Amino acid sequence: MNAEQLAARRRQNRAGWAMALPACLLIFAFLITPFFMAFGLSLTNQRLISPNPAEFVGLRNFERLLGVGLLTLDPLRDENGEVRLKGGEPEYPRIRSFTRGNPDYPRLNRMREWFRIDLPGDRQLVVLAKDLVFIKALKNTVLFVAVVAPVQSGLALILALLINRPLRGINVFRTIYFAPVVISMVVVAMLWRFIYDGQNGILNSLLGIFSFGAIEPISWLGNTSTALPAIMAMSVWQGVGFHMVIWLSGLQTIPQPLYEVARIEGATGWQTFRYVTWPGLRNTAILVMVIITMQAFTLYPQVQVMTRGGPLDSTQSLVFQAVVRGYEKQDIAGGSAISVLLFLFVLAISLFQRYLTRDRD
Amino acid sequence: MGQVLLKSVRKSFGSAEVIPDLSLAIPDGSFTVLVGPSGCGKSTILRMIAGLEDVSSGTIKINDRDVTYREPSQRGIAMVFQSYALYPHMTVAENIGFGMILAKRPKAEINKRVGEAAAILRLEHLLDRKPKQLSGGQRQRVAIGRAITRDPQVFLFDEPLSNLDASLRGQMRVELAELHSKIGATMIYVTHDQVEAMTMADQIVVLNNGRIEQQGMPMELYIAPKTRFVAGFIGAPSMNFFEGSIASQHDCDALGVRPEHIGLRDDDGDLTGRIRHAEQLGSDTIIYVHHDDYGQITVRAEGNRVLDIGSTVHLTLPAEHLHRFRNGFRIQD
Repeated sequence: MNAEQLAARRRQNRAGWAMALPACLLIFAFLITPFFMAFGLSLTNQRLISPNPAEFVGLRNFERLLGVGLLTLDPLRDENGEVRLKGGEPEYPRIRSFTRGNPDYPRLNRMREWFRIDLPGDRQLVVLAKDLVFIKALKNTVLFVAVVAPVQSGLALILALLINRPLRGINVFRTIYFAPVVISMVVVAMLWRFIYDGQNGILNSLLGIFSFGAIEPISWLGNTSTALPAIMAMSVWQGVGFHMVIWLSGLQTIPQPLYEVARIEGATGWQTFRYVTWPGLRNTAILVMVIITMQAFTLYPQVQVMTRGGPLDSTQSLVFQAVVRGYEKQDIAGGSAISVLLFLFVLAISLFQRYLTRDRD
Repeated sequence: MGQVLLKSVRKSFGSAEVIPDLSLAIPDGSFTVLVGPSGCGKSTILRMIAGLEDVSSGTIKINDRDVTYREPSQRGIAMVFQSYALYPHMTVAENIGFGMILAKRPKAEINKRVGEAAAILRLEHLLDRKPKQLSGGQRQRVAIGRAITRDPQVFLFDEPLSNLDASLRGQMRVELAELHSKIGATMIYVTHDQVEAMTMADQIVVLNNGRIEQQGMPMELYIAPKTRFVAGFIGAPSMNFFEGSIASQHDCDALGVRPEHIGLRDDDGDLTGRIRHAEQLGSDTIIYVHHDDYGQITVRAEGNRVLDIGSTVHLTLPAEHLHRFRNGFRIQD
């Protein structure tokens, strides 16, 4: 390469970098910096507005979030050694007596009861958590991912298979299924609040009409047992079109002759799917699962708009908690710690998925 | 046993009629090649025989059985595709035995039949490989193996050698011809390459715009092409056509002479032209001669002929090798 060529290449490189610079700056300011700041802040006691300087506290924020304790309870007994009954059930000591400054149980100080398990001999095992709201948010988020990821990807695949055929007017269906994706999640969540409304909601009206009034109106978002499933259903509906399009692009990469051979060999519909379609979608499946898992873990706008974590923390989510801690409670360090944990969960799951779907050849 | 009959078959895609009205008899045990330029409908005909494409009207019979509306799997056919159509996630053995895996045949039977097909095609040492570890020729042999295990009455080949390089193509031509004589089943072979048609077929069907131009043995088509289209399509290099005064002298509107039949003379001949270019192929020499009235004339001469570009040559048109055409049809002598 002579000097002239080198100079020309250098000029080209400089122009390229100059054009990339604005985007790089923005990414650096709003993505990379906050990412590393979250790591740093999670190790301090930084508050949003505080007269005191932040101090390094090590892993205390994480201990507070993830701290769980176990306590085995014996039933209370009367003077004769008989188990005391209350309403036909054995009576147990109050948890508070262990968790409020009890010098015998320093580890359980300020913990709250999460759930309890009956053990043989009328004893009970109580699981306590230092930060019960965070634990519930974690549980709800994992449950949300565990339900939404398979249901949404499965449904999206079925839709993609249905619309992947040259029928007249098929584009109308493609548009209908894809439409929710282009609507902002906030708007969708507002609309679904009306659908789920306990008094005049469309869902209750429809159920009433089709069951001839047999199904009483349900307050879908006001009930601890229905609120999270309601948010799951609506999230699946909103995102299914996006993943349908990804599946569809995967379906269209499968060469037609592979299907024709299957027809000649007499494959049934199921066999065609099992031997031709599904193996051909392997890479698409990995992509869809990774994307859905990541998206599901960041569950936030639905909760923010529809339930704000309620009722009784039954719809708390990790991201919602991170926002509430960081901005409403001004505990930036605590919010950062949740973000860091979320990052580690998603990273771990992605690595695990990659391991499961690795190319074995 | 494996006779294929098409009767008044039509095919249109929307308003475009691809096959206007076609009747064709393919005798049992023959190696029939459907040949024609791209878009002539040859692949469509093959796919209609396979059942991958519906007919718009007409009937298709295989072995005296009306299969017009049968599923592809119930027609007693097997098909080999240009793209091989092997399943990338399956081994060679699984690809060959695919039909039997679908039919849930016992493992021992599958292994036996796969082994037999692999032996015919010399694939035994490759049975555990995946298709991407094979060369193009090996892949096509696997696809043929899959067809063999179906034990069909009719084999359908859709341009199976087009993705192979020239030397491999020549080798596979020989293998396919051998396979045909070994198995004896009817084979229908689609190609746009007239060399494949001439070398493998015992019956060639030349198609143009969805119509049969001529059907017959390779040498029949070479010696006495019925239409000008067939005359130009069969034989390489293509036949020369002369129109104008020399055609009217012979009482026709197009006079055809194959390059190998034109004589080269230094002194005197029927036509005189100038040598524009010569391709020495070793065995013979292809000479391109420019004639002021008739344009380019191709001549095939022996390989050791030494020629000067730009020099004048005299060409003779031997009477016994003239093909006369009027309105595109051959005039019988």
